[in-house]
Amino acid sequence: MLYARLILMRLLKAVVVLFMIVIFNFFLIQMAPGDPAAILAGEAGATDQEFLRQLRERFGLDQPLYVQLWRYVSGIAMLDFGYSYRQQMPVLDLILARLPATLLLTGTAFVLSLALGILAGSMAAARVKKPSGSIIMALALIFYATPLFWVALMAVVLFSVYLDWLPAYGMYTVGAGLDGFALVLDVAKHLVLPATTLALFFMAIYTRMTRASMLEASQQDYVKTARAKGLSPRVIQRRHILRNALLPIITLAGLQAGQMVGGAILTETVFAWPGIGRLMYEALMQRDYNLLLGIFFFSAALVIVFNIITDLVYRLADPRIKEGS
Amino acid sequence: MSEPVLSIRGLTIALPKGADRAYAVEDVSYDVERGEIMCVVGESGSGKSMAANALMGLLPKGVRPTAGEVIFDGQDLLTLTEKQHRKLRGLHIGMIFQEPMTALNPLMRVGAQIAEVFEAHGKYNGKERQAHALALLEEVGIPQPDKAIRAYPFQLSGGQRQRVMIAMALALEPKLLIADEPTTALDVTTQAQILELIRDLQKRRGMSVMFITHDFGVVAEVANRVCVMRYGQIVELGSAEEVLENPQHEYTRALIEAIPSNIIPEARGGERPAPLLEVKGLNKVFRSKGGLFKAAREVRALDDVSFSLAPGETVGIVGESGSGKSTLGRCVVRLERPDSGTLSLAGTDFTTLTGEELRRQRWRVQMIFQDPYASLNPRTRVGYAIAQGPMANGVTREQAMKQAGELLDLVGLGAVAVDRFPHEFSGGQRQRIGIARALALNPELIVADEAVSALDVSIQAQILELLEDLKQKLSLSLLFITHDLRVAAQICDYIIVMQHGRIVEQGTAEAVFLSPQEAYTRELLEAIPGRDHELESA
Repeated sequence: MLYARLILMRLLKAVVVLFMIVIFNFFLIQMAPGDPAAILAGEAGATDQEFLRQLRERFGLDQPLYVQLWRYVSGIAMLDFGYSYRQQMPVLDLILARLPATLLLTGTAFVLSLALGILAGSMAAARVKKPSGSIIMALALIFYATPLFWVALMAVVLFSVYLDWLPAYGMYTVGAGLDGFALVLDVAKHLVLPATTLALFFMAIYTRMTRASMLEASQQDYVKTARAKGLSPRVIQRRHILRNALLPIITLAGLQAGQMVGGAILTETVFAWPGIGRLMYEALMQRDYNLLLGIFFFSAALVIVFNIITDLVYRLADPRIKEGS
Repeated sequence: MSEPVLSIRGLTIALPKGADRAYAVEDVSYDVERGEIMCVVGESGSGKSMAANALMGLLPKGVRPTAGEVIFDGQDLLTLTEKQHRKLRGLHIGMIFQEPMTALNPLMRVGAQIAEVFEAHGKYNGKERQAHALALLEEVGIPQPDKAIRAYPFQLSGGQRQRVMIAMALALEPKLLIADEPTTALDVTTQAQILELIRDLQKRRGMSVMFITHDFGVVAEVANRVCVMRYGQIVELGSAEEVLENPQHEYTRALIEAIPSNIIPEARGGERPAPLLEVKGLNKVFRSKGGLFKAAREVRALDDVSFSLAPGETVGIVGESGSGKSTLGRCVVRLERPDSGTLSLAGTDFTTLTGEELRRQRWRVQMIFQDPYASLNPRTRVGYAIAQGPMANGVTREQAMKQAGELLDLVGLGAVAVDRFPHEFSGGQRQRIGIARALALNPELIVADEAVSALDVSIQAQILELLEDLKQKLSLSLLFITHDLRVAAQICDYIIVMQHGRIVEQGTAEAVFLSPQEAYTRELLEAIPGRDHELESA
């Protein structure tokens, strides 16, 4: 009941925020030099005033600003994000076609980095001042400091070109016509390199943070209480230290999760992954404003959704929040 | 008497290199007999908890025993491996700690935390563990144990949490209970209840208790035997009567004397002159913001509070946590703005001042804070920290620094202290710096909020002496906020007792202590540890 109310509240707020983002987006495009019609006309090589006027009329650009705003907002309310004239397709279709690929990539990377990061971090915390602990931290530092694109290129060189274990680019083997389990396996093979590359950086952050947070938690009084009970170090580490240490990690993970749509441009470009990141890159290069705004909207919406999810997870993890708010 | 439960022989524990002394405890020997409460007394840094931590195998890293033995149940605990120690902990020896607020895992239900003790030692199955946990909670007197078992620690009060800790420590009926300052962080009435509970359980179960404390009042309440420690050595060891009635060592005498042996304050003053501070009908309500679906919560921190303070007088505000005494102090220095009522200082209405005007008047009321560690900027030299106030009020830097030196001299630190950083000073010395800082603006009124509560008793006595001395020299007016009635009795002319934001009783210190009119005041006075003992000996 409490949760249902809370989620409802958050969703109401989210709608307000999204509405503001839509309006902001609208004015953003107004501020761009020249209107879409001029850009289209320019690209078509036409300078004819009459042609421009027709274009403006067709897109409703000859209407007063508030009418345009109303059309834009009400369009989005009905999930109409406009038409991409460059790609000759509705924006929504373009985005929805690319979204699964991106979510598969970033979602895998997210789970991978979180799981491995927390695992490595707790191992490092339990082995503080021991060589094995230092090695984990040194690796984390290297992954943290190395540029993503370089890791990506090196991974391609090593695993695809040199060892020939994994495909270097794309999401599935073109023209293979696979289906069922074979297709899943094929996609999984293609996923390994980009997902790992993308995961490394965040994994390093989670490792460092988990370790620091656990070392801090292990100094707390309740850990001494747990030891005075005669609990085994393993139970203390997991139930008392790790559980408390996870709270800041949840906050960070929520931030990372919000980046899932827009955060993989580089990786998608290097590995030719057919996701939103590349779509955004292309839209930017081609001044495809409608498409760009559509992607902005989806990224913003995802950030908000993950903020709400983070909040709920945090509440589950920390009983103190419920009464405090 | 039969064989002791615990026998410590020649225990020496080395501190890591670079500590302020080589040994935490040196050649310490004492026994804990069957069915007795043995109090180990000492101030901070005396090494009083070290033996307990050593026998539990809970010494901090780098600290290790180098000589002696600790015999429990026929075996030397110092030779046990970590695994053997683990079997012992919780099963044969239970332990409770000072801070009930932090000693429980905030993310686990109380019942689960108690059940963990059974789990650690492989006792019972899941359901039985919960049943036993419930029985334990009942035994330690938690209200509504069936609800408390499902509660998270933050939903319980400090006293209730300490009861949970006790339930946990007693779960497997250990022969020995180690209580490390278990009541220090509690309010005085709660402290009295917890002490009674420990005494009661000890008698009922016939177990032995090693009770570590800094407070001789508490010793008088619970101890069968006493071991007084200083700088890692035992200075006195004997039965409670012997040590309390006839202390042999001067340090023990000093400790006992540092607590006002006689809580009846001397009669001071007569007619009260025209007030310097006049507080009338002060109200302050804290509201938590409500949401769309949630009612706002209100806490009445101050409820129609009126009193006055005459020049040169010390008024004590006494109350337990949540009584509103600190809010009152913060309103007087205008860190907090009261909702209604007036607060006038020598005719100036302080309640309505705002912005620039308020800032110009701020020098007139200064504050001494509770925590001498947190209230000084660690990166600011002491002299500058003191000079900042006067400089903000237009005194030149040169003159302010010179004055800072004089003030440090006045509070007994010497003018050379100006160039040093706060971390170079002990807690007591830092509180002296805090006093010098408050004096720097030559204020008309000083508000001291729990100014001696964080200090050891002997240091506490010195600071109170300093304040007394300064009062004479500078004819200071002091609003002294404290939870400790013994301290209030020592320094205050006039006492105001607060509860739930309201003044329960006010009057001269003599009247309040000798013939309290209200039930709550009597309750507070009766809860003072060691009171009966002191009255007997008086």
